[in-house]
Order: sequence, then C-alpha cells, then structure tokens
Amino acid sequence: MSDLLSPAARKSAAEVEEPHAVGAEDEPLYESRREIYQQSVKGRLRTIKWAVLFVCLGVYYFLPFVRWYRGPNQPDQAVLVDIANNRFYFFFIEIWPQEIYYFTGLLVMAALILFLMNAVAGRVWCGYLCPQTVWTDLFTTVERWVEGDRRERMIADSQPMSAAKAGRKILKHVLWLMIAWWTGGAWVLYFADAPTLVKDLATFQAPMVAYVWIGILTFTTYSLAGLMKEQVCLYMCPWPRIQAALTDQYALNVTYRYDRGEPRMSVKAAAKARQAEQPAGDCIDCRQCVVVCPTGVDIRDGAQLGCIQCGLCIDACNSVMTKVNRPLGLIAYDNDVNIERRREGLDEVYPIVRTRTVLYVAMIAAVGLVMLYGLMTRSFTDLSVLHDRNPLFVQLSDGSVRNSYTVRILNKRPLHRIFVLAVDELPLAKLTAVGVTTTSGDWPVVDVGPDSTREVIVHVTAAKPADLPASSRVTFRITELGSGEKVSVSDHFISR
Amino acid sequence: MAVQPEIDHATGRSTTGHEWDGIKELNSPLPKWWLYIFYATIVWSIGYWVVYPSWPLVTNYTKGVFGYASRHDVTRELDALKALRAERAAALARTPLEDISKDPTLLTFALAQGKAAFGDNCAPCHGLSATGSRSFPNLRDDTWLWGGGIGDIHQTIAFGIRNGDDRARQGVMPPLGGPNGVLKADEIVTVANFVRSLSGQSTRPNADLAKGKELFIANCAACHGEDGRGNRDLGAPNLTSRNYLYGSDEKTIIETITQGRGGVMPGWVTRLDETTVKSLAVYVHALGGGQ
Ligand code: SF4
Ligand code: SF4
Repeated sequence: MSDLLSPAARKSAAEVEEPHAVGAEDEPLYESRREIYQQSVKGRLRTIKWAVLFVCLGVYYFLPFVRWYRGPNQPDQAVLVDIANNRFYFFFIEIWPQEIYYFTGLLVMAALILFLMNAVAGRVWCGYLCPQTVWTDLFTTVERWVEGDRRERMIADSQPMSAAKAGRKILKHVLWLMIAWWTGGAWVLYFADAPTLVKDLATFQAPMVAYVWIGILTFTTYSLAGLMKEQVCLYMCPWPRIQAALTDQYALNVTYRYDRGEPRMSVKAAAKARQAEQPAGDCIDCRQCVVVCPTGVDIRDGAQLGCIQCGLCIDACNSVMTKVNRPLGLIAYDNDVNIERRREGLDEVYPIVRTRTVLYVAMIAAVGLVMLYGLMTRSFTDLSVLHDRNPLFVQLSDGSVRNSYTVRILNKRPLHRIFVLAVDELPLAKLTAVGVTTTSGDWPVVDVGPDSTREVIVHVTAAKPADLPASSRVTFRITELGSGEKVSVSDHFISR
Repeated sequence: MAVQPEIDHATGRSTTGHEWDGIKELNSPLPKWWLYIFYATIVWSIGYWVVYPSWPLVTNYTKGVFGYASRHDVTRELDALKALRAERAAALARTPLEDISKDPTLLTFALAQGKAAFGDNCAPCHGLSATGSRSFPNLRDDTWLWGGGIGDIHQTIAFGIRNGDDRARQGVMPPLGGPNGVLKADEIVTVANFVRSLSGQSTRPNADLAKGKELFIANCAACHGEDGRGNRDLGAPNLTSRNYLYGSDEKTIIETITQGRGGVMPGWVTRLDETTVKSLAVYVHALGGGQ
C-alpha cells in the first residue's frame, strides 16, 4: 500500500507521527495531544466488537419503546424512571422510593462483576463494553466513512484547507452531532412515556427539562466520543488506575509475546538469521499493531495504562502473521505467567478457576440471591403509622383519652383496593379516620387508588384510661376486603 | 536595563527571580486557556456591574440597566404559586364545607393550607399544636363552647367572639360576686362545689351540695342549663366536662363565678381570604375535636 503514496505525502504522513520537538527552555508543562489516525482492521475480535456495539446501542436506543402493561395510571413502558411519581419500573420490577436499596444491590453487583471480569480477562470492560469505547468506536467509524482511512486522513490533514476537505470535515461533524443528539434524545425517553414524548418533542410541547437534557447529552456525547476520544481513557477515567491494583499475574491481558517476537527484524533478515541459526523473532516491526490501536499505544512495550484491551492489535498482527507465514498469536490474550513458563520450557497455564474468581462468583451469587429473595417476597401492601407527638394525648370531656396518628397505606398493585382499618390489643378502643365516612362494623374502610399511597389522620379513643398503663401497645391492622390480606404495625397509646 | 533571566541549572529553565529560604521559583507560565478564561471572567464581571444592581451608594445603590431586584422574583414566584393552586382553591371555594372531606385530594389540599394558616394566625393563642392553654381553648378535645361541627367552627373562625363585630358570637359570663353581686362569698363557694360535683370532681366534705344545686338553678341554669350541660348558642360551657377553659380547681371556679369571664377572639374574614378561612375550619375540625 505504501508505494501508492507520493514521496511528499509519505513525508507529511511521517511528520504527523513524529513526536513533538521539545526545547529545554520553552518546554510546555503538558504534552499537546497527538491526533491518532486509527486504521481499520478486520478479524475475529473486531467482529465481536461490532456485535457488541450493535447490541449495546440497539438496546440503548430502542429499549424505551418496549411496552409492558402497568395498569390504568402509568405509561405502559418496560423501563421507566418516573421521577415525578417516584417510581422506577424495570420489566416486572417496580421500585418505590423506600426500596431504593435495590439500587445499592445492583451497584454492588455491578462492581463485583467488573472485578470478576478484571480477574478473568483484565480490562475487557474497557475494550468492549464501556460506553466511552462503544460511542468512540461508532464516531471513528463515521469519521473513517466520511474522511477515509488512516492514510487518506493523514494526507488530507497535512494539506492546506480546500473546499472538498472542508466539506468532508463539516459533514463529519454534522453526522457526529446528529448521533450525539439522538443519544441525548434516547436518554430522555427513559424518563417519560416514549411515544408520547417523541411526539411532544417534535411539536415543541415537551417540558423544557427534556430539551435541556438532550442539549447536555448532545454536548457530552459529541465532545467525549468525537473530540476527546482516547483522552477520556488516558486522563479522565479512574478505572485503569484502580484495575491495576485489582489484577494479578493470571488475568488474561492483550500481551505481546516478546519471548516469541524479539529480536524483531524484517522478514528477509529473519529468514537469513534462521538459516544461520541465529535467534530471530517473529515481529517484523511493521507497526500494524500500533496504527490500529484506538489509543495509539505500542503493545510491544508491555502492559500499559493506555491499552484498553480491545484486541484490535491482535487482529492486525494475526493478519500480518498469516501473510508472512508464521504462526498466529504473536499478540494474544495471555497472562504474565506464561511468558515465563514458555521461557523455561513449561506448558502454558490458563487457570480461570482461582480463589479470586471463585470468591467473586460466590459474592455475586450471594448478592443476587438476596436481591431475588427480596423481590420475590416483597409485599404489595404496606402500612406505616406515625404517632402525633404534640400533643401525645388529649383528654376528652368525659375523661376518656384520645391519641392521634398519621396512618399511611401503600398499595403497590396496579388496582384499586379497599382496606378495613382497625386497632387490636386496646380493649374498647374507638377509631375514627378523618375524611373517611364508610365503615365496616365499627371500623373505617379506606380505599387506596392503584399504585399509590393514602394518608389518613386517625384518632383512637380509649374510654377507660384508668385501666391502662401510661403507655400501652396498640396494633394497627389493615385487612383487604375480598382477599383478606393483612398487614399490621404496632405503636404506642399514651394515656397519662 | 534589561535583566538577564536567571537559568535554573537542574531543569534548564528560567526562574522568576523570587526566592524563599533558598528555593527559587521556576518561571512556569499559566496555560493560555486558563489565563483567557480568567480574563473572560473579569470582562464578564464588568458586564454584570452594568446589568445588575451592584454598587452601594451613600443613600441608594446602582440599579443596573435591567432594573432587576430579587423582590420581583419573589412576587413572580408567589403569583406563579397562586396560579398553580388556583384550580384547587377554586374547587375549595365552590365545595360546601361538609363535602370537602369527601374528596381526598381536596381534603389533603385544605389540610395542608389550613395547617400553614393555623401556624401563621392561630398558633400565638392556641399553640402550634392547637392544644391551647389557660383561657385559650384546646381545639383537639371535644369540649366546644360554640359547637364543634365544621359549620360552627367555620362561623367562629370567620367572625370571632365578642370582638365588637355584629356578626361575632356574643354571650358573656357576668360577675355574680363582688359588692353588688347577686351571690355572697359563701354562696359562691357552695355553688362552686356543686359545679365541681357535676364533672365528678371531689368536693369539700362540708359542702352543702343540695343548697349549691338550688343556688345553681336559680342563678346559673338560665345559661348552663339545669343539668349544667351548657348552651352552645350562648357559648355557655358544659360544666360536666372534664376540660375547663380557665381551670377546674375550686379557687378558679370561685374566681370565675365572682368576676365573670369574657374572652375575645378576632374574626378572620377581614384578614384572610375565603378559602383560607375554609381550610382553617377543615383543619381545626380534623384535629380530632370536631363533632
Ligand atoms: S503487527 Fe505484529 S509483526 Fe507488526 S509490528 Fe506489531 S507485533 Fe510486530
Ligand atoms: S494496544 Fe491493542 S488491545 Fe491495547 S488498546 Fe491498543 S489495539 Fe487495543
């Protein structure tokens, strides 16, 4: 390919790669960013990356449109964060504000899964699943599609601005902004009924906050995935620093097998050396592994912060090895131990089952089971009682004593339900609820709307306070009419 | 005279010439983008002085070309709040008092508004929790001088008691003792002991309850009724109740009979709007004493 280039173009292409000349006197404190012209690559890992990209973005962009029946008052959306009503819906799960600990569980699980991934295969998260990687991959693909592959872009960038070049640049940024805008648009759809919101957004009827969020997400997506790209991984992301402390010598990392590659030399030199029974490595120093790297690192320098473990250099090197007829896997997912073991003539080992991984799996399973148990046994009815503190009790004209409570009934089912509210353990007590006129026997009957709570002020009167201790137990009980489901909560009744 | 910048030998960079404890400061200029942002903030602040009120003068202050004042913001926010509540407020104004509690949303709205209004207007006398104190009725018990139905409560709140307004509730406990009084001091003690017996309280061992009853029927029953249960039209308290506005010990009752009573409550229609008065009635009624 390189002989297709004019000498001038080759020179300018080389110049771009030249590290900055630094003078001692004016040396800036920071190195300026060097543009990375990532070259396209084909191979098994690249195919996996494409698949992951399609699945992740597909889920992100279209999940809000998945429907799920939610009863009469809520939008039938499978995944919905309903901030106004303090509800979070995820398929069959519906989380109320007081159940926010499920999120804690999810976060703990997410962290543990990340640790497990790290123990098994280093930074696979970074290379395949991280949103920054996925969107940057998408953005560089668009860039490549508009402006051409590495070489074309390097040449174009070294030449003065022309109408055609400006056109391509503008087109690229417009496409980037469109993707970014769509990304922001999809984000807000998780917070309201998606089809309605799409309509409202289009007709400028949507709430201001939706437009603001789309604006913010458009800006962040465009600048993080389009303008900053690998710099986010290198300078902003804490994970490479943290994971370095979590990894061990058995974790599979993208590794240049220098035991096999060094000393590097051209194909011809290697052939000659091998004939002369001199040591010759398989690396032909073609730098293909470097030019396909999204962060511009040279994997042959060993494990390093810049490497996000995307494996593209593996694909690149494998195609080189195929061409020069050497075995594949000069760069491969391997661990540090094997480099040593090969040197000593021992078999390679890939112990996936280790104390570390077993422990992580056990912890993930434990958290998962606890959460599952919580979800399964989660009640659809709840009752909370708050005793009035001021005053604790009131004496009535006939000498009887009354305590007031605020009772809150939670109905987590998507249907209207009716409950009888009663008190136990306090003989001869009378109970009245403000604003409740229907009764069953002596007890008030409270109806609670679908998927909502109802708060009632309740007065409990004891006719013979002299028979009671200063503070006695009183149990509030709600019984659903029909199903007979019962929930009770205890509190105190103060009489002196 | 041009000073030759001194070069630090370790780094090969120039120094600023500043020295502390033998340590020289390297000449490390700030990044340009940082400086430009700094300059931009200065320009911005000048614009701010022009646009917004900023400089205190001797008796006044610069108003800024926008004429901005945070007070306008408050007014606007209050108006917006009123507009937001307008619908519910209108519903509240429309709905008859007795029906408000039948609509849970309206009830919640009225209770919230009533609670706030109570804290602002009623709490100084009746206490934040409406339990009252001596001479200020406890609004949580079931002893009501003028009736504890929601309509009675509304009427009391709206026009008040003995405040000079024609619409106010009237009725007075006249002094029965003193030099010109109809009862002599010992008779008052006798009546007081009879009154205490009405609510089941202990009486003096030597008290002549039959005489007390006789005196009571002659002098008090016109207002309080023969059985002492009071008369809400006149605000005459139910004397069989355990809860006495001024206290139910013998000394206080004697004092009440001797010098009479006549507490005053202001009317609120003149100070609060109709829906607020309504909310107050709903709130007070819901406190537990309402009948
Ligand atoms: S692609 Fe393979 S052969 Fe080429 S420089 Fe990289 S490691 Fe060496
Ligand atoms: S060195 Fe290889 S695995 Fe690491 S980021 Fe670059 S291309 Fe990806």
